[in-house]
Amino acid sequence: MKYVDEFRDPRLIRQAADEIRRLARPDRHYRIMEVCGGHTHAIYRFGLEGLLPENVELIHGPGCPVCVLPMGRTDDGLALAAQPGVIFAAFGDVMRVPGTSGSPLEHKARGAEIRMVYSPLDALKLAESRPDKHVVFFAIGFETTAPSTALTLLRARQLGVANFSVFCNHVTIVPAIRAILDSPDMRLDAFVGPGHVSTVIGCRPYEFIAKDFGKPVVVSGFEPLDILQSLVMILRQLAEGRSEVENQYARVVPWEGNLPALKALSQVFALRPYFEWRGLGFISQSALRLRDEFAAWDAERRFTVPGIRVTDPKAAQCGEVLKGVLKPHQCKLFGRECTPERPVGALMVSSEGACAAYYNYVHRMTSPAENPVDVAL
Amino acid sequence: MCLAIPGRVVEIAAETPQLALVEVAGVKRQVNVDLLLEEGLAPGDWVLIHVGFAMSKVSAAAAEEQMRMLQMLGEDIEAMHEVEGYEFGEELGKGRAS
Repeated sequence: MKYVDEFRDPRLIRQAADEIRRLARPDRHYRIMEVCGGHTHAIYRFGLEGLLPENVELIHGPGCPVCVLPMGRTDDGLALAAQPGVIFAAFGDVMRVPGTSGSPLEHKARGAEIRMVYSPLDALKLAESRPDKHVVFFAIGFETTAPSTALTLLRARQLGVANFSVFCNHVTIVPAIRAILDSPDMRLDAFVGPGHVSTVIGCRPYEFIAKDFGKPVVVSGFEPLDILQSLVMILRQLAEGRSEVENQYARVVPWEGNLPALKALSQVFALRPYFEWRGLGFISQSALRLRDEFAAWDAERRFTVPGIRVTDPKAAQCGEVLKGVLKPHQCKLFGRECTPERPVGALMVSSEGACAAYYNYVHRMTSPAENPVDVAL
Repeated sequence: MCLAIPGRVVEIAAETPQLALVEVAGVKRQVNVDLLLEEGLAPGDWVLIHVGFAMSKVSAAAAEEQMRMLQMLGEDIEAMHEVEGYEFGEELGKGRAS
């Protein structure tokens, strides 16, 4: 409970933690997956696992976009960046993601024209200001960021910007949850539903989890109290034998989602028949591609993309961690070869990756040495 | 990229209704508000911003709580870098037929 003093209302936190203890039956083990990487980050940052009884286990889900992107897609992106006349634009998180021959940042240092942008609209603006070049935007993210790419493409078409295209890596969260539910070693009892994705898609898309699989889903906010309250709501459902979708984060998440955002998504994107997820393999209809009307702005149709497939470094166990089979520190590379400063696997890259969150808030606090590699040597 | 940055709407110019001047912790930047036009947006409203787009309208209390969360998660500096880094502003498409 090292951070308990920082909680805005420690009394309410304690009440929620007590309620969780009261609701969790001692003869039962509960496995609850928080789908969203933002929740994973908050759970480690606030040491929330330390407030839970031992039989309530949190499993960290696939909701970190750079973490689930297979290395081959980064390589494909870097192949686009190497095309003559191309400026490659990407978010900061993507700049550090390792490809086979280094990250975009390292490729930039070696001379590739790669720019970091904070918004897809900035990539479009870059294209407008550089008519002598072609700007490829590396689009990534769940439904939280996909509408911004959609609106940018609509704008590009409206303005007739011909030297701009999108390398689309947007994925959708629901098929990933379904794949996890369908996997034979699935032992989950319930889900903490993502907050910001749900502001776009609303709560309805999760109903199959409750109806068809009998697992409670509670869409949650990001405050420590939000997460604990969501766990209370989940345990209450389980205690009462209910499985429903509930919205703990109603102050931000409308039940129906953001209709203009959903409209923009359907105007611009179609589902890919399948897409590869790191650690989860190929999942049907789990990613977005540009509709044919937007072929002129689709980097995968304008250029030849090699379609590289790379097996993860053998020693790295990103897949097992992503599926919740291993805890981050149980991976052979964790904290040694693989650190946030020098990530081998993508789970170490983003602050929302389970490994980086664990490293920053648990490993650094409990490790006798800041850098265990030095000790080992 | 997944940061939800809270900002207060300062101004929406009639000629570019898809853009709003938004203030985030003292920094003013244009953000895209296309997704909230139907819902209606006015100066003084608080929004959560993702990669240059206002994605949801929230109460002042929820906005304040979100900024506090970003600070506690050590993401507030990154959030400010992001907002300061938005360049599209009102320049996008200027001088082009639309």
